[in-house]
Amino acid sequence: MTLLAFAPLVALGAFFAGLLGSLTGLGGGIVIVPMLTLLFHVDLRYAIGASLISVIATSSGAAAAFVREGFTNVRVGILLEVATTSGALVGALLAGVTPTTTLSILFGLAALFTAYNSMQPLGDHLTDAPSHPWAKRLRLDSTYPTDEGLKPYRVQRVPFGLTLMFGAGALSALLGIGGGIIKVLAMDRGMRLPFKVSTTTSNFMIGVTASASAGVYLRRGYINPGIAAPVMLGVLAGALIGARILTRARSETLRKVFAALVVIAGIEMLYKGITGAM
Amino acid sequence: MSAPQLPPPVPNAGDDDAMDALVGRLLRAGVLTAGALVVVAIPFFLARYGVLPADFRVFRGETHNLRDVSEIMRGALRLDSAAVMQFGVLVLIATPIARVALTLVAFLVRKDRAFVLLSAVVLVILLVGLVSGRI
Repeated sequence: MTLLAFAPLVALGAFFAGLLGSLTGLGGGIVIVPMLTLLFHVDLRYAIGASLISVIATSSGAAAAFVREGFTNVRVGILLEVATTSGALVGALLAGVTPTTTLSILFGLAALFTAYNSMQPLGDHLTDAPSHPWAKRLRLDSTYPTDEGLKPYRVQRVPFGLTLMFGAGALSALLGIGGGIIKVLAMDRGMRLPFKVSTTTSNFMIGVTASASAGVYLRRGYINPGIAAPVMLGVLAGALIGARILTRARSETLRKVFAALVVIAGIEMLYKGITGAM
Repeated sequence: MSAPQLPPPVPNAGDDDAMDALVGRLLRAGVLTAGALVVVAIPFFLARYGVLPADFRVFRGETHNLRDVSEIMRGALRLDSAAVMQFGVLVLIATPIARVALTLVAFLVRKDRAFVLLSAVVLVILLVGLVSGRI
């Protein structure tokens, strides 16, 4: 295949990844790497580099809209970014010495967990317990808009959240994904933030986290313009259109289709990693 | 208004509407600039390299001119299509970094020392990887 054929095909695939990712709320990152490696036979390192770039694009694009709606907790976001970005640097460091077969297996497991998690019921895990001392000291508690006006919430288990975020940052760098699932789990289940606050704050952090490792990868030569550019444009176009047709109600069927796609990709990545074909 | 059992928490930095609007504008501008650079450069890139085989099976790593920040900028100024695309990618990577810098300034204005420090730490971590290329 020539570059002239490769670029539009990759852009088209990335478009659908961005569209589905935005419609299901799962993000497109988890399918970009399998698409590039399995369908287009791109080396895993180039795929991870291109995927991270698309993650920054969608996260920044969406965060621009979300921050204004008043859900994002900027203080929690910045505190946790200290952990996600240090995790990302450690992940980028590890990526340089980890065999691609191991990365492929890790990716497969992450994809399967993503699919499993997408089938779990969503909802708030709020608590009336007093705030964690760090949350009090750093004034992390805030309010969020509900149908009955602004409602306050109290932030719990800050050290636990920081620890999980470090792991989320490392995984994001190693696999070229946004890692939104772990971030949301840490805030929603761990720190007991309202679900909508968790998802928007996670998105707020994803761009910064991916930027930390993308910078390292750019310097290491993982980012090839012939791959990264069409992926970035495709995902952006897909995410923008997805956000337009997203009329609040998320389609359950679409979510299942996307989860099935992620499962297939995950199994394939596991298989390639185990058989050493990656 | 609020839940009866909880007293309202102290308003925090996240409640600042003007700041949020500015952050939103910055993020959008960064993404649009990056996208525009790539859209403009990609036809020239394909016109020049389109006939080459898209063989990315083996990892070779980019050459120095597409890896080094100042080299990318120099190439983009020469209107080299690959360098302009890479510059677009660089603008995208820099967008969240600019966002962190903006938040740092906002906390500085509010004299919120803990968060000035936290933003500064994040900013340093982000710049370490991009500038040194060695961690």
